[in-house]
Amino acid sequence: MFADYSMAELTSIFAMQAFAGLILFSVFVLMALGLAIIFGQMGVINMAHGEFMILGAYITYLTSHIFSEYAQNLFDIYFFVAMILAFIVTFALGALVEWGLIRHLYKRPLDTLLATWGLSLILQQIYRSVFGAREVGVTLPDWLMGSVALSESIEIPINGLFVMGLTLIIAVGVALMMYRSRWGCQVRAVVQNRTMAGAVGINTEKVDRMTFALGCGIAGIAGSAFTMIGSTGPTSGQLYIVDTFLVVVFGGASSLLGTIASAFTISQAQSTMEFFLSGSMAKVLTLLVVVGILMLRPQGLFALKIRR
Amino acid sequence: MLTKFPGSKKPHSSLRRRILQGMLALPAAMLLSHSALAASTAEVNTTGLAVTDSTVKVGILHSVTGTMAISETGSVQAEKLAIDQINAMGGVLGRKIEFIQEDGASDWPTFAEKSKKLLVNDKVAAVFGCWTSASRKAVLPVFEQYNGMLYYPTFYEGLEESPNVIYTGQEATQQILAGIDWVVKEKGAKSFYLLGSDYIWPRTSNKIARKHIEKLGLKVVGEEYYPLGHTQFNSVINKIKLKKPDVIYAIVVGGSNVAFYKQLKAAGIDMTKEKPLVLTISVTEDEILGIGGENMVGAYASMKYFQSLDNDNNKKFVEAFKAKWGKDIVIGDVTQAAYLGPWLWKAAVEKAGSFDIDKIKAASPGIELTTAPEGYVKIHPNHHLWSKTRIGHAQLDGQYKVVYETKELMEPDPFPEGYQ
Repeated sequence: MFADYSMAELTSIFAMQAFAGLILFSVFVLMALGLAIIFGQMGVINMAHGEFMILGAYITYLTSHIFSEYAQNLFDIYFFVAMILAFIVTFALGALVEWGLIRHLYKRPLDTLLATWGLSLILQQIYRSVFGAREVGVTLPDWLMGSVALSESIEIPINGLFVMGLTLIIAVGVALMMYRSRWGCQVRAVVQNRTMAGAVGINTEKVDRMTFALGCGIAGIAGSAFTMIGSTGPTSGQLYIVDTFLVVVFGGASSLLGTIASAFTISQAQSTMEFFLSGSMAKVLTLLVVVGILMLRPQGLFALKIRR
Repeated sequence: MLTKFPGSKKPHSSLRRRILQGMLALPAAMLLSHSALAASTAEVNTTGLAVTDSTVKVGILHSVTGTMAISETGSVQAEKLAIDQINAMGGVLGRKIEFIQEDGASDWPTFAEKSKKLLVNDKVAAVFGCWTSASRKAVLPVFEQYNGMLYYPTFYEGLEESPNVIYTGQEATQQILAGIDWVVKEKGAKSFYLLGSDYIWPRTSNKIARKHIEKLGLKVVGEEYYPLGHTQFNSVINKIKLKKPDVIYAIVVGGSNVAFYKQLKAAGIDMTKEKPLVLTISVTEDEILGIGGENMVGAYASMKYFQSLDNDNNKKFVEAFKAKWGKDIVIGDVTQAAYLGPWLWKAAVEKAGSFDIDKIKAASPGIELTTAPEGYVKIHPNHHLWSKTRIGHAQLDGQYKVVYETKELMEPDPFPEGYQ
């Protein structure tokens, strides 16, 4: 298929394709991080993850409206404000959900699945009632649209670069919190042995609430960032949920490093195959590979040894 | 059979005014001797439908919850508006229309179940509803078994013709052929890249498009499908850049649409430069609300109706629609097609002089509507509509500017020979 093209054309296409793969990788990491924290550290499968993301997107939508109405001259930076707001709101909602719903179900992990799925339906209908059934359009500041031309024929989407940068910051931030902060130390202690952690004076309930809320907050930021590349509607969260679960399960549920490795593998496989095959076939093959590997390694790519 | 929309203004002569005054006295006379003026219910309803001396029940069956609510909301609004307007004019055969609304909930078995409920329990005289082909296929056996009448509003892939359905949207050849002819003739397009979501409508439509392009001696350089709800299009955009087609022919739907156009723009493809030109049959003004006008500007769409159509019928329609549903609302192709449903049914009932389904079926072919927002339409014996096809050019404000319309009405051809 490449015979008709010059070397220069091919080089630039491969460069752009490499970036496409990296962007997809960042998107996967960003959407999976929140879920991985909750699933990995608490064993709770949050089916409403996509809806938390869309809440972040709706917050961005509202912020863009407020800025274009009252602070037109600051419109260029509204996106950062929106992301912070998205984090705060989804964090708060996450804490509320943990307090009202999840903490009563820790001993029944399968029921958390059902409860969060119900929550996702409730949230969807709330979005539909508040914002209408139609998708809303989020206006982006001009500097986030378009592409940078690295050379004459290599063009890189700006919003892709933005997502990459954001993912890097959040991933590093989460890693620091997990492995360098007192809170992270407590979280890891609770994961390894809940009873002992309680016995040495760690407030496990508070740790759980913070962990769940943090996971939701990161979902909110992800949702906010994805207004640049995707749709914002009551059911848009469902578009991400399958890929998100795929990444988390494939990576090994309790390992953040595993999540990143699995996001990298899946995104590279998918974007390469999409280029050479058609979209649907690429998806089928990716899923087949994942299923195959999970059959051989049910615990996922990376697994933590935990005393149960 | 001509149908007048309310509020259609003509100069009032004094004679006319006197006739109107005379007509004002009519309702009083009707109260005194109702059966003498309106045909008796036993005569116009021999099959036990929900028709009384003063009312007739119809069904509205769309998804107002679930994924498809995004698209179907507009159709529900249009159908309710049409019913309101018909009632304001005195109803159908002197009977007010009452609607029973059911929610298909974006779930095809639910559609089948609800349609059975409407036909069997409620005995409605007609149903306005369905949006996706999957939901229509699910209800079709029910309508044929219990002999109901369905008015289906969406542009769709064709390959179907049921006596129990009136298809008020365009079938694929009507929508596609004129668009491709236009882009070849006016823009000198030589090569096409076909892209779609992976299900029956985009696949059938692209098949027709490909056959037509190849008949014209031109080239299809790529054809691809992505799963419904796909949100990452960077790889295919790179592929398009490599193949350098003159036209990207896009039939992407739903949330994927938003992702596709945003990423296309982010990848440095400026659609206003028309290199490549983007031609779509799946993005109406409704979808642009979600995509954002700034991400869509410069693309072309080929369909039968745009909100910006400049004619008196449409101006009145848009005005009435906004008065009822809010001034910020936009109206897409399917919404307009849904609006035609109740009017076409009314015309058929009046022509047949009866609510009986079999008589409506027989009366439907040949029914014309001169007051349709899209202009003149007429029901073909195959139960589809004759209609014009238009090309719209997307503007920054999310509206289309009509740049071309076919001179003649396009004949509906749900089983096109040589295209299958």
